[in-house]
Amino acid sequence: MKWKTDDGGWSPYLAGALLGLLAIASVLATTQFLGKTSYLGASTTFVRAAGILEQTIAANHVVSNEYYTKTKVHVDWQFMLVIGIVLGAFISSIMDKSFRLEAVPPKWEERFGPSIAKRAVWAFVGGIIAMIGARLADGCPSGHGLSGMMQLSVSSLVALVMFFGVGVLVARIVYGRRAS
Amino acid sequence: MNTGQWLGLVTGVFFGFLLQKGRVLRFDKQIGAMLLKDMTILKFMLSAVLVGMVGILLLSNLEIITLSHKPMNVGAVLLGGALFGAGWALMGFCPGTSLGALGEGRWHAVFAIIGMVVGAAFYAELYPFLKSTVLAWKDYGKLGLPEAMGISQWIIVPIFWAGIIALFFWFEKKKL
Repeated sequence: MKWKTDDGGWSPYLAGALLGLLAIASVLATTQFLGKTSYLGASTTFVRAAGILEQTIAANHVVSNEYYTKTKVHVDWQFMLVIGIVLGAFISSIMDKSFRLEAVPPKWEERFGPSIAKRAVWAFVGGIIAMIGARLADGCPSGHGLSGMMQLSVSSLVALVMFFGVGVLVARIVYGRRAS
Repeated sequence: MNTGQWLGLVTGVFFGFLLQKGRVLRFDKQIGAMLLKDMTILKFMLSAVLVGMVGILLLSNLEIITLSHKPMNVGAVLLGGALFGAGWALMGFCPGTSLGALGEGRWHAVFAIIGMVVGAAFYAELYPFLKSTVLAWKDYGKLGLPEAMGISQWIIVPIFWAGIIALFFWFEKKKL
């Protein structure tokens, strides 16, 4: 087993194990400094972002919406965590020169051609479906897949099986066939 | 910015750094996993779980931190999980990795991000309806595997480790 990949990345086992340590450090730090244990997650931030954007055009509607009220529309710990992911990935990719401006992913292009519009439409539609699913299931691969599994949550085990099982099925239908 | 926001930002920078170093942010890696051809994201995710699990369960045993299980609401987890899986396959990113992909220059992730913000807004509108239907079917509440099975977590953890390590060896043998 190699500790470095051919393109200058790290072994996924090594990077993953370090993320496990970060998760432990993070629960300790949030408990210590914020008085409440917070777990790594990402999808709730999309609700807050939607609420913040909606506030600019329909403030009253956001106030009267039960889900926004329950979620509390504000820039919190997790919101900044998600912003930090962009920064961290940027720093890492600049350091090992893997930063690339990419308009269409290679595998997508192989199957559906170089059209940016086509990629944009399906990513947008997929994003809508996935986020409705993540909010309904109360978590995404970060909240359920990482944090929930680390706590041995029953819901996370079931959610992860559903995420991956249905993902495998749909990916087979969408990308499995050769381009016609 | 307040303490919470700073702490979130710093943690997020490390999180994004490791996601990028593990090369799990790429569309091709995510779709590769779903086509069962490239298990990089599973190796990464499960390695994190193995390490994190020991520390988090130990800290909770020592009552230094508190666990926060997400509710085992049957309809919500099954239907939500299925919808997420389908959307994940279409966009090739999950919520966290979409932001990281943007950071490493894969700017097409922005379409997935906009889709997810719109999806979140839709969910906020659908919530009252879902609350009286799917979310109302059956809720087992915040449930951990040890309580559900009636055995100690320190029996489950070694079994979990053994199973995942065996899976890793299999991945390497099959060059996945």
